Amino acid sequence: MARFSYPEKQDLQKFVAARYRKAWIWQLIFMATLLVAIVSLAALLLNVVDGAFGYAAFEYKKDPAQFSDKPIEELNREELLAVLQENLSTGAYKKLDNESPMEKRSQIELYYLVQERLLQVDTKATYSLFDSLFNRHEIETEVGEKYPEARLEFRYWLTPAFVTSPMSSRAEFAGVRTAVLGSLWLVGIAILFALPVGVGAAIYLQEYARKNFLNRLIQTNINNLAGVPSIVYGMLGLAIFVRAWEAFTSGAMFGITDTNGRTIMSAGLTMGILVLPLVIINAQEAIKAVPDSIRQAAFGVGATRWQTIWSHVLPNALPGILTGSILAMSRAVGETAPLIIVGASTFISVDPSGPFSKFTALPIQIYQWTARAQPEFHNIAAAAIIVLLILLLTLNASAILLRNRFQRRY
Amino acid sequence: MQPEIPQYAIETRDLSIYYGPFEAVKNVDLKIEKQKITAIIGPSGCGKSTLLRAFNRMNDFVPTSRVDGEILMHGTNLYSKDIDPVEVRRKIGMVFQKPNPFPKSIYDNIAWGARINGFKGNMDELVEQSLRNAALWEEVKDKLKKSAYELSGGQQQRLCIARTIAIQPDIILMDEPASALDPISTLRIEELMQELKKNYTIIIVTHNMQQAARVSDYTAMMMLYEDTRSGTVIEFDDTKKIFTRPSDKRTEDYVTGRFG
Repeated sequence: MARFSYPEKQDLQKFVAARYRKAWIWQLIFMATLLVAIVSLAALLLNVVDGAFGYAAFEYKKDPAQFSDKPIEELNREELLAVLQENLSTGAYKKLDNESPMEKRSQIELYYLVQERLLQVDTKATYSLFDSLFNRHEIETEVGEKYPEARLEFRYWLTPAFVTSPMSSRAEFAGVRTAVLGSLWLVGIAILFALPVGVGAAIYLQEYARKNFLNRLIQTNINNLAGVPSIVYGMLGLAIFVRAWEAFTSGAMFGITDTNGRTIMSAGLTMGILVLPLVIINAQEAIKAVPDSIRQAAFGVGATRWQTIWSHVLPNALPGILTGSILAMSRAVGETAPLIIVGASTFISVDPSGPFSKFTALPIQIYQWTARAQPEFHNIAAAAIIVLLILLLTLNASAILLRNRFQRRY
Repeated sequence: MQPEIPQYAIETRDLSIYYGPFEAVKNVDLKIEKQKITAIIGPSGCGKSTLLRAFNRMNDFVPTSRVDGEILMHGTNLYSKDIDPVEVRRKIGMVFQKPNPFPKSIYDNIAWGARINGFKGNMDELVEQSLRNAALWEEVKDKLKKSAYELSGGQQQRLCIARTIAIQPDIILMDEPASALDPISTLRIEELMQELKKNYTIIIVTHNMQQAARVSDYTAMMMLYEDTRSGTVIEFDDTKKIFTRPSDKRTEDYVTGRFG
């Protein structure tokens, strides 16, 4: 027998077939894992959408016929405005007008006002989208039996008015404007802090630092910090920004006296610290991707290190740095735990007026609404989740667009 | 005593270059003539590029590198304490193996180096002059605002040469400038070198023996010490002599292709 041999002829055929079988099984396994991922994502999305739309049984304390001959939901903007003007006290109307001019409010906003102020609506029961679509008949019987006074309406919990209305203690009229503005302020402050500091640190580590023990230690720690649970950053923010730096974060330094340290500034800086390692790592990767040949070329014509960095390294790394920063921002938008610790307000209906005002944020709002007992709050929580998801998708999409637009080939 | 008029563009005295504990280049004594082309040849890994990069202190960017001995330019040691490497690179330009224009416009590729070095004068004229001297003007004069990356490899390399001569160095170092180019582009670079040597001293590292024989006036032959793996110059002479009747047997073997 030969000392070396390979399968030949029929053995070869069988051997090849067996190898294909093995490959095919692996392929099936990979497809199955992908399927699991897709199904989970789809379930998540469906669950959210399921809650954000559906029938709701409303009971009106006052009879709609008292205010208008036509059903309220068929009135147009001008008619709604007239109804409000007629039936609200002058003082109440003026107060609303001061909050935002009545003439400029949309039809749906006015409709909600009529419901809230005049009809004094009370939500008795809400139903999910799937129930509403497929079990309409049962819902009608149930509502008819349990709440004979109630009217059944198909309610879009997510509406333009939901995005533009401030917080309210009544789920029917509550909106996420306060929370969205709070989130935007937070992210703004976080990125204003994290971008310059992070890019500076990345430039130092990539372009200046020698590969000695200390710098390797720093690098390892930055990598580890990116994985520290966000609640730990919350503790840090509470100890430093809320307590130790209260004079600054409450705005007392600048003559603002009506708040404590639990402000947008504290939370924004906490978020900034939280995303700082991400910004540094992303910026380092972007700087690393600038080919060395360009640095050599710059040095070769007599450039100093800073001239090389400023004119060649940074401009070429900028798209990558921005992409990474946007992804860091979307991380900050979704964070909840540090905000709870730093002290987001549980109920706040005025828009944040500056970095030293109290605040709430989208994830906080969602968290609080889901914790409420009344079912209609769960519906608006679902609607708020959709708003948050859209915000995140917008950020991520802009990161991808930026990357594709400015991607360089060397 | 009469001030010594430096005869050579660059003179090395007992030059050794280290990477950490490893001695990459050992005991090199070279006298490089002004306005001549000097080629450095030798097998791979014998320290040709290391030696070349020592001349304009590009090796400073390798954190562990260290130099022993002297490199004199017009009589000044380039490695003495009061010499700034940035000044050295202003006077000794470099063209790299792979064309590496900046990811900017053709115009800015030349203007940037001039600007950071404090150029005063008409920038448009400088750009045109440099491109003409690099034999590139006719090809790019209508697209100066276009990205340098739109040029062919050979054009990019000539742009890199234009960029180098725009800052008016005394010496131009070329690290295998044609090894990434096709024969026609290579020929153009070689013709250009003959033009440039009227004004500049050129030192070129090349793997291509024919190229060294064609373009250079002097040739330095480098080889590794078998025991320490350090490279050194084993023979330095007129190119004609190196290629026709070298005095070292190893050089003869190498240039005739019987070795390496």
